[in-house]
Amino acid sequence: MQSNGGKKLVWGILASVLVSTMAMFLLSQRASAGTPQDRTDKVQPVHVTPCDGVAGASLDLPSSHDPNNREQALKMARVILAAWMERNPERVEPWKQEEALAMASHPVMGPDQQIKPAASAPEKQPVKFTDRDKLIWNLELKKMVDEGYRLFHSSTALGGTIGISCDMCHPDSSNTHPETYPKFQVQLKKVALLRDMINWCIENPEKGKPLPQDDEKLRAVEAYILSQSKGKALEFGKH
Amino acid sequence: MGRRETQHQEYLTARESYLKQLTSLSRRGFLRVAGIAAASVAATGKIAAHSFQPIEFNFGGESAASSGAAQSVEAPKSFTIAYVSDSHLYEKTLNERFVRAAIKAVADVNALDPQPDFVLFGGDLAQLGQPGELALGKQILDELKPKRYMMVGEHDWYFDMGEKWRELFGKETYSFDHKGVHFVVLQSVIVEDYWTKPNLTPLQRMLAMAQLDNPHGRPFTVGEAQREWLKKDLAAVPKTTPLVVFSHSPLYKYYKAWNFWTDDAEQVQALLAPFKTVTVIHGHTHQMLSNRIGNISFHGMLSTAWPWPYAPQGLPKLTVQMNRADPFDEFDGCGDGSMDVLKSGGVNARYNLWSRNPVSITARYLESGGKVDQPPLAVDSTY
Repeated sequence: MQSNGGKKLVWGILASVLVSTMAMFLLSQRASAGTPQDRTDKVQPVHVTPCDGVAGASLDLPSSHDPNNREQALKMARVILAAWMERNPERVEPWKQEEALAMASHPVMGPDQQIKPAASAPEKQPVKFTDRDKLIWNLELKKMVDEGYRLFHSSTALGGTIGISCDMCHPDSSNTHPETYPKFQVQLKKVALLRDMINWCIENPEKGKPLPQDDEKLRAVEAYILSQSKGKALEFGKH
Repeated sequence: MGRRETQHQEYLTARESYLKQLTSLSRRGFLRVAGIAAASVAATGKIAAHSFQPIEFNFGGESAASSGAAQSVEAPKSFTIAYVSDSHLYEKTLNERFVRAAIKAVADVNALDPQPDFVLFGGDLAQLGQPGELALGKQILDELKPKRYMMVGEHDWYFDMGEKWRELFGKETYSFDHKGVHFVVLQSVIVEDYWTKPNLTPLQRMLAMAQLDNPHGRPFTVGEAQREWLKKDLAAVPKTTPLVVFSHSPLYKYYKAWNFWTDDAEQVQALLAPFKTVTVIHGHTHQMLSNRIGNISFHGMLSTAWPWPYAPQGLPKLTVQMNRADPFDEFDGCGDGSMDVLKSGGVNARYNLWSRNPVSITARYLESGGKVDQPPLAVDSTY
C-alpha cells in the first residue's frame, strides 16, 4: 500500500510536469513567434525538454500557430508523454493503470467531451452539477454532522455542568424522534421544534444555558440527530 | 382513630375482599378484581406500592386448578431479594441528581416490609470509575439494612482495572448458597485490550468504555478463565439445585452496537443448561427486559440514574417493553426492584418503577413462552 501511494505521488508530479511544460511552451511561442509582422506560416521543429531534464521531444508546428489551440496543445502533450514512455518502458503499464483508475473516479472533461448516453437509452437533459460537486457538498455536510456528533457526546461542549451528555440517554441519537417535530409539547406549553427540545435538554438534565436559535452548535447537533434518522418517514406532530 | 389508621383499615378491608374474590377467576374476572384492588390502592393513596401488589398473584393457572379452587393462587415463595443497580455516580460536587436517585433506591429497599433476605447491587456504581465516585457509592450503599452483595460493571472497572472496587468490595467473581439456591456473581464486562496500542490514558480508556454507542468498542465477555472457574464451581452443585446467576452484561446477545451483548454467551449458557432451573439477573440495559433461552430465564434490572431506550434490533420477543420515559420527570423510567425466589426455584421479578405502577414479570410468564401471566403492554415504548 505504501509503495503504491509513493508511486501515485510520482505520477502526480509527472503529470503536473507535463502540463506545466506544455503551458511554458505555448507561452514562449506566443512571445517569440506571435507578432503580426512575422507571419510566414513556415513549419518549424520545436524541441521541448520537460522539467525532469531527460525526456526531450520534438514537434513540427507552423510558426503562426495559435498558442491557445487545444488540439495543438494536446498533440504536444502526447509527444512529450510518448517520449517519456519510450525512455521508461517499465513505468508505462503502472501509469496506464493509475490513469484509468483516476479517470474512472474523477473524470476530468473538456467542454467537447460531455458524456454521451448509450444509443439505446433515452436522451437526458444536461445537469448543472457534477458528481464531484456533490462530493464536495457531502464533505461539507459531513463536517457539520461530525461536529454535531462531537457535541452530542460531550458533557461540557454544549455548556452542560453536571457531567451529562446527550448520548447518555440517546445512544446513536435514539429516542430523539426528529421526524415528529414540530409538535405541541405539553410540558413546554407550546409547539416545539426539535431545537427547542435540544435546548430544553441542555438547560435541564445537562444544567447548561440554552443556546440562541441560530447558534452554530445547536445547528450542528440538529444536523447530527437528523443524519441518524435518514430514511425515516415524516411523522409530523406525532406524540 | 386517625386518618392514617382509617386509610389503613380501608385498605385491609379492600385487600381481604380482593383475596376472597381471587378464587377460580376467569381472566376477565381477574382484570375486574385487579381494577378494584388498584382503585383501593389509589383511594388510600399513601400506601406504599410495595405493601400491596395485586400483580404478584398468579391466576387461572394449572397449579391453582390442580390444588383446589379455594386456595390462594400465589406462587409458593421461598424468599425475596431486592436490587439496586446502575447508579452511575459522579462525585457529589459535580452531580447531585444521580446521588439523589441512589439514596432514593436505598430508602426503597430499607422500607420493604418484610425485609428482603439480601440486596444485590447490579454494577455501574460509579460513572467514570473514579476512587471518589466509588467511595461515595459505598457510603450510600452502606445505609442498606439487609445484607448486601456487590457486582461490578464496566463503569466501575476501566479506570484502574478494578483496583479501587476490589479494595472497597472484595472479589468480583464468587458464589454462595442461600436457602437451597446456588447464587453466582460474575464479572461479565471483560473486553479485549484496545487501549494499549493507541496508548490511551486510564481516563481515556474509561471514557471510551463509558460511551455506549462507541463504534470502536469491543463486546463484553465472561472470558475463558472465568468460564473455567464457573465450570468448577458448578461441578459441586447438584443439577436439581435452583441456580441464580448475577451478571452485569446480559449473558445473551441483544444489540452489539450498544454492547447489550455478551460475546461468549453461548459458552456460558452451555454451562448453565444442565441445571433444572436457571435464572440470570443482569444490569447494564437500564430497562424492563426479559428473555428465555432454553431453560434459562433472564431478567434485566432497572437503573436508578436513567433509562436506556430499547435498541433498534434484537429485542427478545418475551420482553414487555416499558412506556417511554417522560424526560420532564427525572425519576421516570428509573427505579429498583425485588425478586421473589419461588419454591420451584424460578424467580418472579418485580420492577419498582418510580412515578409508575410496578410491573411483575413472573417465572411462569417466561417459562410458558408468554402464554400466562401476561403483564400490561406498553402503549408508547421508545423508538
